[in-house]
Parts: sequence; structure tokens; C-alpha cells
Amino acid sequence: MHYDWQPLLLTFKLAAITTFILCLIGIPFAWWLSQTKVRIKPALEALVAMPLVLPPSVLGFYLLLAFSPAHWFGGAVEHMTGIKLAFSFSGLVVASVIFSFPFLVHPVQSGFQNLPQSLSEAASTLGKSRWQIFLHVLLPNIKPSLLAGIVLSFAHTIGEFGVVLMIGGNMPGETRVASIAIYDEVEALNYGTANFYALVLFGVCFAILLGVYLVNKKLAMRVG
Amino acid sequence: MIELDIRKELAGAQGSFTLDVKMRIERGEFVTLFGLSGAGKTTLLRCIAGLAAPDSGSIRVNGEAWFGGGETLPVQRRRVGYMFQDYVLFPNMTVRGNLEFARRPGADRHRVSELIEIMALGELQHRKPATLSGGQQQRVALARALAADPQLLLLDEPFSALDQETCLRLQDEVLRLQRHFAITTVMVSHDVSEVYRLSRRVLVIEHGRIAREGAPAEIFGAGRAGGKFVFAGEVLAIEAADVVFAVTLLVGNQIVRVIVTAEERLRLKPGDRVMLLSKAFNPVLVPC
Repeated sequence: MHYDWQPLLLTFKLAAITTFILCLIGIPFAWWLSQTKVRIKPALEALVAMPLVLPPSVLGFYLLLAFSPAHWFGGAVEHMTGIKLAFSFSGLVVASVIFSFPFLVHPVQSGFQNLPQSLSEAASTLGKSRWQIFLHVLLPNIKPSLLAGIVLSFAHTIGEFGVVLMIGGNMPGETRVASIAIYDEVEALNYGTANFYALVLFGVCFAILLGVYLVNKKLAMRVG
Repeated sequence: MIELDIRKELAGAQGSFTLDVKMRIERGEFVTLFGLSGAGKTTLLRCIAGLAAPDSGSIRVNGEAWFGGGETLPVQRRRVGYMFQDYVLFPNMTVRGNLEFARRPGADRHRVSELIEIMALGELQHRKPATLSGGQQQRVALARALAADPQLLLLDEPFSALDQETCLRLQDEVLRLQRHFAITTVMVSHDVSEVYRLSRRVLVIEHGRIAREGAPAEIFGAGRAGGKFVFAGEVLAIEAADVVFAVTLLVGNQIVRVIVTAEERLRLKPGDRVMLLSKAFNPVLVPC
């Protein structure tokens, strides 16, 4: 039995990069979604929530088609940036961002929605711009929601399997993340190695979630 | 000086009505908008602040157009100090942090310290709003509104959530600060005693219009009802007693029972805010 840390490191690298990108895109998007009155809002919300109900293979299948250099999207990305999306780590990041999107957007959006409107109004009478209000008033007051969103999307990316299998394949150091490695080892009847990966994932995920609940309890106590 | 002439369609509890107000407020004046809830007072205040937009009309403040002619000056550039009914302090900031946040860029750095001193917030300055009492939060909210160095102070029922004693103390404070900074102030209120204590001029708003206007004594005082004492109260209960009815009222923090006729009873229901007028032909004064 051999212990290879690479799939685990790859998993955490993928989860960290995905979560970082999600924060950059997802938090402003959640803010916009919580405020907007555009008529297509229900459609947008449904679209965001799709990864929650769609089988990962469906999403993976369409992403696989789109990532292909023969497809206009995959072709254009490769032409403009030189990045190959199909069966590559970059492709996994893009897919994970899409797949974990609702896990960040939902808690953060409801966090923004639960803040009283008067908080923004009060800041605007004090001469503050929308951006200053977002940064100094809204974000600091939804810390528990932010934490929940970040942790859930991180943990969900760790647990991804179907999408990765569809578009990433099983390339060591590139797309062979821990969940794939477990499947692979079990198929090869290497139960010991599979157990090693599984146990580490189990422990890490439990520790992360435990941390969230402990921090939230502390935050709740500080407010109350 | 505020010159205002606006119209706005409002949805009230008894159907929609039009807020249609024309008024003029001089620089440094303390004016109260008085009326029942749902009469359009708060909307009027929000229109002045820029938190709500009138359907038509114009608002000019110190010669500057804030609304009208297709132009709307954004709320950020109006330099108003708006005090919300529920204070709306920023929970993530300390008392001092709230005031510092309100200070406009380039404004005098000492203003925050000055306000903390004037309003006796020194002890509280490093605490978060959630740990403060209602009266303390109210003082912080007032200090924050003033920290922005506003040219106009707007107070939306600033004392409604406070007990009688705190209320009186803070009313004195508001009056003192308003005079100290000589700042034009518009307050929304439905409390007669508050109006009496604070403002020189009161505009009574009924169904979106100014029904009466004048000094508090003229509006609520002897001239109108032949009474000498005026109290604001709330109807708690109405009970039948033979041919008349006994109305239990809450006046200040005291319970009073008043007898009314069957006809008068029809116009009252529990929860109504009423004015209690009494002729002072036989007052008893006891030193306390």
C-alpha cells in the first residue's frame, strides 16, 4: 500500500482556488441579486440553483462539450488565453466555480436580504457611496453568512465527484483529485489506500464544519 | 431655508391618497410635522432627505435645487442628518466608529471628539450599539447625525421608543444641540407634549395635506377648544356604564378614566391616539 499525498493536495488546491474565484464573483453577484428588481430575477435565481438539483453528469456532459477545442467556447478560450479547458486543472476550476456557485450565493444573498434596508439608507444620508456602503456597512454585518458561504463552497468542491469525472478524467497531478483517487483505488481493490484518502477527507471536512459552528456560536453570543 | 412644493401618490391603510404639501422653513428654525400615523409625515421627511422621490414638484434648500425640473440631487450630496425612528446604528462599529464613519472627508477631525464630549458618550465610545440601552442608542444616533455636519437635521419620531424620563432628558439635549449648532431641524412627531417642548412651529398633516399651521399653543391650545390643559393619550379600553361609556386612557405613564357619551364613543376605538382637553377652572397644585 502506498500513500500518495498528491490527490489530496490537488483537491485542496482546487477547493482553495475555486473558493477564491467564487468570492470575487459570487459575493458581488449575491449583493446585486438581493437588490435587483429586474424581471428575469426568478430565472436567474433558478439558473444559479440548478447545480443543486441537476445530476453532476448532466452539467459535466455539457461542460465537456463546451470545453472541447472544437466547440466555439473551448476554441475561443484556447485561442485567446492558450488555456486548454478539457481534461485540465483549469477546466476543473471553471467547472467547480459553476458547480459550487449556489453554495456561496445562497447564504450570502439571504444574508444581504436580511439586513434592514435602513442600514444602507442611514449610510447614504451620511454621504457614503454604494461601494463604501457595501464594503464598510453591509459586508461586515453578514459575517456569519459569508463564513457559511465560503465554507460550504470550499467543502462542496472537496466533495465533487461526478463533474470532475466527466470533464477531468484521471490524470495524476492534473485532474486526479482525492474523490476520483478513492474510486480508482477501490476499483483496483486497494482498500487501504482508498481508506487513507477517505479518512483524511472525512477528518478535514468534519474539522472545517465544526470550526464554522463554533465560530458562528461565538458570533451569535457577541451580538446577543 | 427650505422651499418645498411636492406631490406624491401614497398607499395608505384606507386606500391611496396624495401627499400634497407646500411649505417654507426658515434657516435655524425647529419645525414639527404633526399627525397620525399614515398621514404622510415620514414620507415627507424621506422626500426632503432624498430617500424617497416625489412624483412632481420642487425642493430647494438654501437656494440649491434638491429636486425638480427633472433633476434630483442624490441623497449623498444633500448633507442631511437623518435620525431614524429605530436609530439604525451600524452594529459592526463602536460608538466612536459610528461617529467617525459619519464624518465627511476633509471635515474637522475634532468634531467627533467634541460631540462625544457634548453628549457625554465618553464612557460608551468603545462599545458596540447592541450593548447600549435605548436612550444611549438614541444619543449616539443624534450624535452621528450631527457628526456629518449637516445643513439640515431630520428627526423621525426620535423619542417614540423611550420611557418618559429618558424622553424628557433627551428632548432637552436635542433642543440644546439644535441651538448650539443653529441647525434647521424638521421633526416628525405624534406626541403633543414633545411638540410643545421642542418646536416653535407645527404643521399638522392630515391625509397628505397641511391641515393647520402655527405655534403649538395656537394649534393645541386654548383658542381651539376652550380648554387650558392638553394631554396626548391613547385609548386602552372602552366599557359601557349605564347610558354612558368609560374610556380608559394612557396619558404619559398614567392611566385615566374619562366618561363619554354613546355618540362620542362611536368615534373611538382602543389603540386610537386622542387629545384630552381639560378646563383649568379648579386646578390643584401640589409641590413635589
